[in-house]
Parts: sequence; structure tokens; C-alpha cells
Amino acid sequence: MAATLPASHYHQDEMPRSDPLGQPPSARRTTPWADTVFSLLAHGAAILTLLLLAGIIVSLVIGAAPAIREYGLSFLWRSEWDPVKDQYGGLVMIYGTLATSAIALLIAVPVSFGIALFLTELSPNWLRRPLGVAIELLAAVPSIVYGMWGLLVFSPVLSEYVQQPLQALFGNTPGLKGLVSGAPVGIGILSAGIILAIMIIPFIAAVMRDVFEVTPAMLKESAYGLGSTTWEVVFKVVLPYTKTGVIGGIMLGLGRALGETMAVTFVIGNANQLNGASLFEAANSITSVLANEFAEASEGLHQASLLYLALVLFFITFVVLAASKLLLAQLKKGEGSRS
Amino acid sequence: MNFLSFRSMAAVAALSAVSSFALAQDITGAGATFPAPLYAKWAEAYNKASGARINYQSVGSGAGLKQIRSKTVDFGASDMPLKDDELAKDGLVQFPTVIGGVVPVVNIKGINPGQIKLTGQALGDIYLGKIAKWNDPALVALNPGVPLPDAAISVVRRADGSGTSFIFTNYLSKVNTEWKDKVGEGTAVNWPTGAGGKGNEGVSSYVQRLPNSIGYVEYAYAKQNKMSYVLLKNKDGNFVAPDDVNFKAAAAGADWSKSFYQVLTEQAGKDAWPLTGATFIMMQKSQDKPLQATNSLKFFDWAYGNGDKMAADLEYVSLPDAVKALVRKQWAEIKDTSGKAVAYK
Repeated sequence: MAATLPASHYHQDEMPRSDPLGQPPSARRTTPWADTVFSLLAHGAAILTLLLLAGIIVSLVIGAAPAIREYGLSFLWRSEWDPVKDQYGGLVMIYGTLATSAIALLIAVPVSFGIALFLTELSPNWLRRPLGVAIELLAAVPSIVYGMWGLLVFSPVLSEYVQQPLQALFGNTPGLKGLVSGAPVGIGILSAGIILAIMIIPFIAAVMRDVFEVTPAMLKESAYGLGSTTWEVVFKVVLPYTKTGVIGGIMLGLGRALGETMAVTFVIGNANQLNGASLFEAANSITSVLANEFAEASEGLHQASLLYLALVLFFITFVVLAASKLLLAQLKKGEGSRS
Repeated sequence: MNFLSFRSMAAVAALSAVSSFALAQDITGAGATFPAPLYAKWAEAYNKASGARINYQSVGSGAGLKQIRSKTVDFGASDMPLKDDELAKDGLVQFPTVIGGVVPVVNIKGINPGQIKLTGQALGDIYLGKIAKWNDPALVALNPGVPLPDAAISVVRRADGSGTSFIFTNYLSKVNTEWKDKVGEGTAVNWPTGAGGKGNEGVSSYVQRLPNSIGYVEYAYAKQNKMSYVLLKNKDGNFVAPDDVNFKAAAAGADWSKSFYQVLTEQAGKDAWPLTGATFIMMQKSQDKPLQATNSLKFFDWAYGNGDKMAADLEYVSLPDAVKALVRKQWAEIKDTSGKAVAYK
């Protein structure tokens, strides 16, 4: 068999079609139950994931039940968090989570776009590889390292060269005053947001670069041929072609920013108070309060409120995911009408 | 399918029976992080001396209490003692093991350790946010001649629930009425101001990072990191420094004979450091596994007898002998299901 195979392959075209010899094999080569087992395993794996998801939600709801009964939805806008008086509300942490993630996206999306654009369209060939690898390496840095770096290295710099000048500049401007009040110590919502941005840039940039690369060269070359500038090519050819992937990458980054714990805990200041909308104030995020307080939380309302917060985070992530799907669906619809 | 699950269950049961038999010598404890280094050291030395193994998980006081209530461990450990009625409700006994101190530390340029003096009232006002600058008249009056800067105070405290915070807030509640009314005491409280660090490491790195900051850490931590501690005015009106002699002085003032619910803050005594606290062990009063209880008590009996030097090496203060005798007397309350006291000798 082995000897004849190459020959038959070689002379495939000239070989006459031969009549089948003898009976077909009576037994199937593969064991008949293997397919069934494999199919069961594959189904099982899929169902297991769903069961786990349902299990997590159910146990969160059960755990959070005392807090849900006590506060209902008002938990979402109560800002008090007082373990001594046993009063809890999630507003500060929810605000902290959303605000830091929003700052992170605000910074990370344009920067990642720039990185991906440079890597795919502008970079000289010799630089492309090392730069790409460096960005992927950034994604592999453990988050606690970002946290320690943020606290010990980044936050003094932020305090001295960003926060203090900003405060001197806008400290008396009505409107902006509220955003820059508080102690300019480099710990708080702004610094957590910036650290998060640094953490999610590699993710978003890597995805954007990958999808930019799959844009057919023919489309781009045609655009260039018609006299488009690089900017026009990117905005009118590459981005429309890759928008699904780009949005996917941004959502991946947002998901990571919402769920990030260690790095945020280090630089957000872990204060369960909300003293106005200042970006310099210490605040707290859902994940950070969970990490800090869960081990020592007394049974009862304190623990239930923490689980309620976890449920809220679950819900926020779910909404983000749903919103991104909706956005993509809208974009697809728009595409149909345009052509 | 039924047959299969039954068989695997039987196998698991058999396996666990075997392992519990093999590990009968092992004792498991869980709880407070503050005494964890000492318990680990004691366990190691005890293992060499007797061959028994002590497995201590420093999961935090709250989690330790949860585990001993549900009897998943042989002993729980907490920095916050339980009140007598709570003990009775859960059917637990508690006893202290060692004493430690909490130390306010500052980071102000040009200020040396022990140069700043504070009263409990002033410390409370700083943590309430009422005293917001280092050159506040109240602080200047306490520290004549000390070059206090015209700078905002960065307040640092624990973000996680901890026994250290309990000792600190318990003290502030005793000496500052506004603190007592507004905030109160507990392992985690609603801090009116400041940034929170996770663990002693978190607080000390915040304090070292932020100029003009104040925080509080365990004594061992402050000493090892040579942090700038603060002198506190004690109940007798003296300004005292945090050290083991003054912690011991605080412990000597407490009356342990009626109850082990003793928080050693703001104790009377000329040298007593006002931010002192003991750390506690909780055990079930009625033991369905008396052998485990025997082994646990043997360990603590051995530690009371041989562990003082190890405690001192790690900057803990051992209990006075009179208190140890009281603890041993109280162990008679730990009984097996038939009502016989668990032996430990």
C-alpha cells in the first residue's frame, strides 16, 4: 500500500478507473460507538458551560437574596456603605467601575487604533515584527505588576506632572473645578482609569491589527490607485471592512477593564465615599470592594450586599455584551441599505 | 448510571475514611492573618518536638469564625474577641494566645520616629477629616517646636476588613465621642475620609508613597520597615512609645478573670500603650471529635510553655503567666459529647 501510494498519486491522470474488487468490508473501520461517545462528549462540554453559567447566576442570586429583599433596586442608587450600622448601597462602587472603564476606553481606543494603523499601514517592515511582539508581551504582564507599578512609579508622576498642574490651571474655573478637586496624590478614579487603559491597549491593539491585516490588499490598492490618501483608505476601506472585528476588540478590552481587580485595588484608593464627581478623588470599584471585604465580611447583610454587587457586575457585563451585538446588528443593517 | 454513581460515591467515601484515619494526628485551624507568622513558627517547632502537624490557614478573622462555627476546622482564630453572649449562642470557647500592638505611622519630611505626639482625640479628628492640615492649631499645641508642614494630611487606612482596624476603631470609639457616634468600631467601618490599602503592606506602601500621610499598621510591620511612629497619650496622661514593654503594661491592666472578652485599648497604667490588642482562638465547647480537640489543646499548651521566645523574635508579646493559668483552667469547659472534659496533658 505504502509503496503504491506515491505512484498512484503521480500517475493519477493516466490511471484507468478500475472496477471494485471483491466485497465491501463487512465491518466499519471505526468502532460504531466512538462517534456517539464523541458527540456526547462535545454536547456535554457545551451543556456544562451553560450549566456552570446558570449555576453561577443562581448561587449569586441565592447569596444576594437577603440584600435584594432588604433594598430591592434602591441598592443601585444608595451610596451608604457602613458595615457597623449594617447599611449598604452600591452606587459608589458601580460608579467607580463605570467611570474607570469609561476613562480607560477613552484613552485606549484611539491609542490602540493608532498602534494598529501604524503596524499595518505605516511601519517599515523591519519594525513590524518586534513591535507586534512587544505589544503582545504587554498583554502577558500580570495585573498585579501593573498595580504595583501604578502605585509606586506611575501615581507620583501623575500627581506631580498632571494633577497638580491641572489643579493650578482649572482649580478656580467653574464647571471644571469639580472635576479636579480633592487631594492631588495620584490615587483615585483618574489613575485607575489610566492604568486600566494601559492594560487593555495591548488587547485592543492586537485584535485591531489582526483584523486590519485581513483587509484584502486588492481593495486597498484600488483605493490607493484612485488617489486616496492613507487616511482615506483606512477610514473608508479598512475600517468599514473590519468594523465587526474592531468592535469585538473594543468590547474585549471593556470586558477586561470592568472585571480587573488587582491593579485597580492598588491605585483607586478604596474609599466607599463619593465626594462629588472629581476624577482625583479616591473611590472604589465593584471588583476591588469584593476582593477587599469578602474574606472578613460578616454573614448576613454585608456578605449578601457584596454578592449583590457581584450580580450587578454580571449584569453590567451582560449589558455590554448585548449592546455590542446590537450595535453590530445595526451596522449590518446600515450596510445593506447603503449598497 | 445509578449504579455507576453509587460505586464512585462509595469509592470517595472509602478514600476519605482512609485519609481521615491517616491524618488523625493533623489539626486544622483557620482565621486571623495577624498571628499567622507566629502560628506557623509554633507549628513548625511543635512538629519537630512531637511529630504532630498543625495546618493553619490565614484566611482572615471573619472567615475563621465562619469555619469554626460550621466545624470544618478544629480551631478558629480571630483578632476580634466574641462577646460572651455570642460565644454562648455559638457554643464556643475563646482564649487569647499573644498580644500585639497597632502603631500610627506618619510620613512627613524631616520628622523622625517618635517626634510627633498625638492624643486619641486628635487622632480621631484626623481620621474624621476634621483636622485636615498638619499645622492645625490642635496639632501645633501638642507638638511645640516641631516643624509641622503647612500641608494637607493624607489619611491612609485598611481597605479590607481586619483585626488591626478593629483595635484601631475600638480605641478611637473610646477616646473620641464624635467617632463613636458617627463611625463606631468594627473590622470594617464606613471610613469618613482617606485612601484604603489592602493589608499592612498596602497601608505601609501608601504611607511611604504619599507625602504628609498618616496610617496605622501592626507593630512588627512598623518596626521591620523602620516607619516613623507616633507617640500617643495613654489613659494615665503620659505620652508613650509603641514597644513590647508598653504592650505588656497594657495587658497587665486588664481583668481576665471574669471574661476573655478583653480589648486592650486605652488601658490604665503608667506605660500602657493605648492601641494594644490580643489575638484569640475559638474552639467548639462540645467536641464530636475529642481526639482532635485533645491535639489542639496539646499544641496550645506546648506553645504557652515553649513559645514565648519565638513570639518575642517575631515582635509579639506573650501573655502574662497568670493569664495562661486562667486559660488552662478554662479549657476544662471543652468537653466531648458524653460531657467529659477533653484531656490535653
